[in-house]
Amino acid sequence: MTATTQPGAVAGTPQPRSGDTAGAPAGTGSRGTRIVGLLALASIALLVLYGLVISPADVEMDDAVRLMYVHVPSATYLYVGCFVTTLASGLWLWKRTAGWDALAEAGAEVGLVFAVITLGTGSLWGRPTWGTYWTWDARLTSTAVLTALLVGYLALRRLDLDPDARSARAAVLGLLLVPNVVIVNRSVEWWRSLHQGSTLTRIDPTIEGDMLVALMVGFLALGLVFSWLMIHRFRVAWLSQQVDRIDLDEALAERRAEAEAEVAR
Amino acid sequence: MWRDAALVAGRDLRVEARSRVTLHQVAPFALLVLVLFAFALDPARQVLERATPGLYWVTVLFSALLAVARSAALDESGGVRDALRLSALEPAGVFAGKALAVAAELLALEVLLGAGVIVLYGAEPAGVGLLLATCLAATVAVAATGTLYGALVSGLRVRETLLPLLLLPVLAPVLIGATRAFEAALAGVPADGWPWCGLLAVFAILYSVAGAAAYGTLLEGS
Amino acid sequence: MIAMTHAGYVAAAWLGTFGLIGGYALAMVRRGRKLSRQVPPGERRWS
Repeated sequence: MTATTQPGAVAGTPQPRSGDTAGAPAGTGSRGTRIVGLLALASIALLVLYGLVISPADVEMDDAVRLMYVHVPSATYLYVGCFVTTLASGLWLWKRTAGWDALAEAGAEVGLVFAVITLGTGSLWGRPTWGTYWTWDARLTSTAVLTALLVGYLALRRLDLDPDARSARAAVLGLLLVPNVVIVNRSVEWWRSLHQGSTLTRIDPTIEGDMLVALMVGFLALGLVFSWLMIHRFRVAWLSQQVDRIDLDEALAERRAEAEAEVAR
Repeated sequence: MWRDAALVAGRDLRVEARSRVTLHQVAPFALLVLVLFAFALDPARQVLERATPGLYWVTVLFSALLAVARSAALDESGGVRDALRLSALEPAGVFAGKALAVAAELLALEVLLGAGVIVLYGAEPAGVGLLLATCLAATVAVAATGTLYGALVSGLRVRETLLPLLLLPVLAPVLIGATRAFEAALAGVPADGWPWCGLLAVFAILYSVAGAAAYGTLLEGS
Repeated sequence: MIAMTHAGYVAAAWLGTFGLIGGYALAMVRRGRKLSRQVPPGERRWS
């Protein structure tokens, strides 16, 4: 079904791929994602309601506590993304199926989005509560290091390399992601606990009532968002692999055609 | 495997002995960093003295980046990779050999920097046992991690910029641990520092195993 | 809600969060469509 080239066609002339894909519904969406997407939007609306309106201001932090309803879940999903990447990397190394490679990529990139959210909301929480945009508390510091790890992983993924080599290197790096995160978290927490309570952004475990509901809705909403983003990002990675493969096939076909033309002459 | 390691380590160190890059470039760079810190901070003894452990280990890390990059570069030229792959050498052995060579260079640098810090920052060594153990554990940790990550970026055009980005966040716990251990030793309370040294040892073991296990895959897939 | 303390920070955080998510989602859907056009429908495996 891939486009064929004319013998003797000049190498490098891009052949149009029309006719194969015109008229087909193009995109990474599906019935499943539309359902998840709608649920996500609905729960976000619910979160806005509970988080900003219904739940009361905190005794100590005033309304800054409303940031926690986003900050805590996004930190959680950041870790989920990292776990997905590590797990998928390990599975790729074991099975060598392309799908795991795509999943690892998705986990890291979506994880990075949540890392930025975690850092941003944490920082904006810190300003009114503690007076500074940045505190070297355990959670923010480890999240910052984790963000650097993710950026590094994604940078490695973008390299111009033979796809198999790239996947292998990314997989080794990805497999080490969670162990690195664990070690970093432990050492940072231990370090910060020497000087002060280690995590300032922890929500009071005795939280209850409407505040607890708001937090739960936060987990729900961001969880649905995370899932929706993961599915789409996985499909994008998958399609990207297909395109690479098609490109490779076409390039090979062109070369073969050239060689045949040479021989025929 | 250890014979393979000795072979590779021997080769790497022999190349170093012939070219003397560590001696003539990395060591001066390390001392230069110490001097730069004095420029950046107040050379009044108090500030530098208090910051000595941290500055020392940051300098070691920066120097390690150079040493690791060089170690990885040794294998990139003219089919050395293929030769390694085709040879009967065990990948784990190659990894161990390279890591040991880097560790040897780093230990030499650390001794030099120790002298530098005593002279330039007025540091007074105390708790020497803890200092030495920390250096040993941290060096193995850095060398093992560095060798593995060096292989991850080897052969890439962007490796000079990618290696620090990948390696430094991973080594953050080593920096934290080594600095805390040094602080404890110099402050005369080594009991506080030994747990950190333990952390470094665990890190070193983990990355030694990880590197040995993953090196085969990385040698293949390039 | 108008009388919220630290309203600026709360607003910035929430708008920033959902703005980022929305922007990323949009970028991804667009990228998905662009890639999809280059892949024959048989290979897509979902719809």
